Amino acid sequence: MPKSKIFPTFDAAVADIPDGSTIGFGGFAVVGMPINLYKALAEQGAKGLTCVSNGTRGGATLPGDGPDMGGLITNGQVKKVICSFTAPTRASQKLMFSEYYEKGLIDAELVPQGTLAERMRAAGAGIPAFYTPAAVGTELAEGRETRVFNGREYLLEEALPLDYAFIRAYQADAFGNLRFRRSQRNFNPLMAMAARVTIVEVEEDILPVGAIDPDDVHLAGIFVHRLIKIPPPPEGWWPQRPAEVAKHEAERNAR
Amino acid sequence: MSDGAKGLTRQQMCDRLAMEFQDGWIVNLGIGIPTLCSNFDFGDRQIIFHAENGVIGYGPLTGAGREDLHLVNAGGQHVTLHPGAAIVNHADSFGMIRSGRIDVTVLGAYEVAANGDFANWKMAGQKGGGIGGAMDLAACAKHVFVAMEQVTRRGQPRLVERCAIPVTARGVVDLVITNYGLYEITPEGMALREIAPGISVDEVKATTGCNLSIPSEVPPVKVRG
Repeated sequence: MPKSKIFPTFDAAVADIPDGSTIGFGGFAVVGMPINLYKALAEQGAKGLTCVSNGTRGGATLPGDGPDMGGLITNGQVKKVICSFTAPTRASQKLMFSEYYEKGLIDAELVPQGTLAERMRAAGAGIPAFYTPAAVGTELAEGRETRVFNGREYLLEEALPLDYAFIRAYQADAFGNLRFRRSQRNFNPLMAMAARVTIVEVEEDILPVGAIDPDDVHLAGIFVHRLIKIPPPPEGWWPQRPAEVAKHEAERNAR
Repeated sequence: MSDGAKGLTRQQMCDRLAMEFQDGWIVNLGIGIPTLCSNFDFGDRQIIFHAENGVIGYGPLTGAGREDLHLVNAGGQHVTLHPGAAIVNHADSFGMIRSGRIDVTVLGAYEVAANGDFANWKMAGQKGGGIGGAMDLAACAKHVFVAMEQVTRRGQPRLVERCAIPVTARGVVDLVITNYGLYEITPEGMALREIAPGISVDEVKATTGCNLSIPSEVPPVKVRG
């Protein structure tokens, strides 16, 4: 009987993560973001991390005190980020990351979003590199290998393997078969495929093996290693409704 | 509302681009001004909105308090789903983009050049930037439309001979709408196709930084489909 994948706490699930790890954080605009795992990793304190994510902040609907990559950055845990956004999407937005980046305290690799997704898919699919039309003719392609296929120029991109993937799912069975809900899927299955160890925060109670119909599994449990059921607040962190977020922001601005 | 600028409102700008969407088109809208294209009344035309985060076939924004917290479009806005919608992962979503399934992408921009280059991910002198899905979309969508203001906040032209800031893709823009008018990028360069009500041809010339082909009679920008 193999060891159970179910962990009792977030702290236990991230306890052994060493300094210098490369970690993928799933989610897109808060949806599917592993916010509880962000918090646990900030408390665990591993340093010299390379963090892979779509952006360095969860998006406009994450309240100011919501755990995200900003917490790891202010803790001095992050060496480098690999993202499709390193600047805010709105001029009014201020990123914790920008402060550290502009001072040269953090390195950054900016990658087109589709390339970022495909580099992780490739890592999870045993493909070392691929050619893509994205970013051809731009600053990002300067000095890099390109090749012409059928009269069109493509840029060589290498797979992006991860040591760990931190993701969030809607349902899981004890083997780690996952289902995502609505736009929660985004980068999450790709990061799991790219990672040696995938840690999942799960919204619903973890189901017995066999409770999810095989046809309905979005990510096979062989890509999943650790599962933690998100407890209700205050032990677990859940995103708030946008109306609550707006209120929270207004209160914060008034201070 | 004139959004504090002359000529077309942002909604009128997006309405004009939306008039070009053909029945059955798969459309991807960038963050900012372009999202307004989804407010247009398409009548009998079936338009399918594709979002980078894998939401295919999303509908209008949800009302306050009615949001599905698991569902956002690429701008992070809570949306609804049309019947027949589908959810895919990020790699499949960009697979659709790179394999040419997207008929048009509408993007914002800092600059558009007469040769169809455009720049929208990094301002002059900025460290880092925001690419998002723009480079994949710009390189691979069948049509690239741009919606932006005619000039910068400092009054500098955004329509230029060659982009001065790092480009997003080269030679890809077909159509540009600004608050001053509608422009087409042709093999010969940039052409003014329609002009905004209340804007003179001289004003367009004075605020454009590249050679512009201008017909003797410039029709007004169409404001209804």
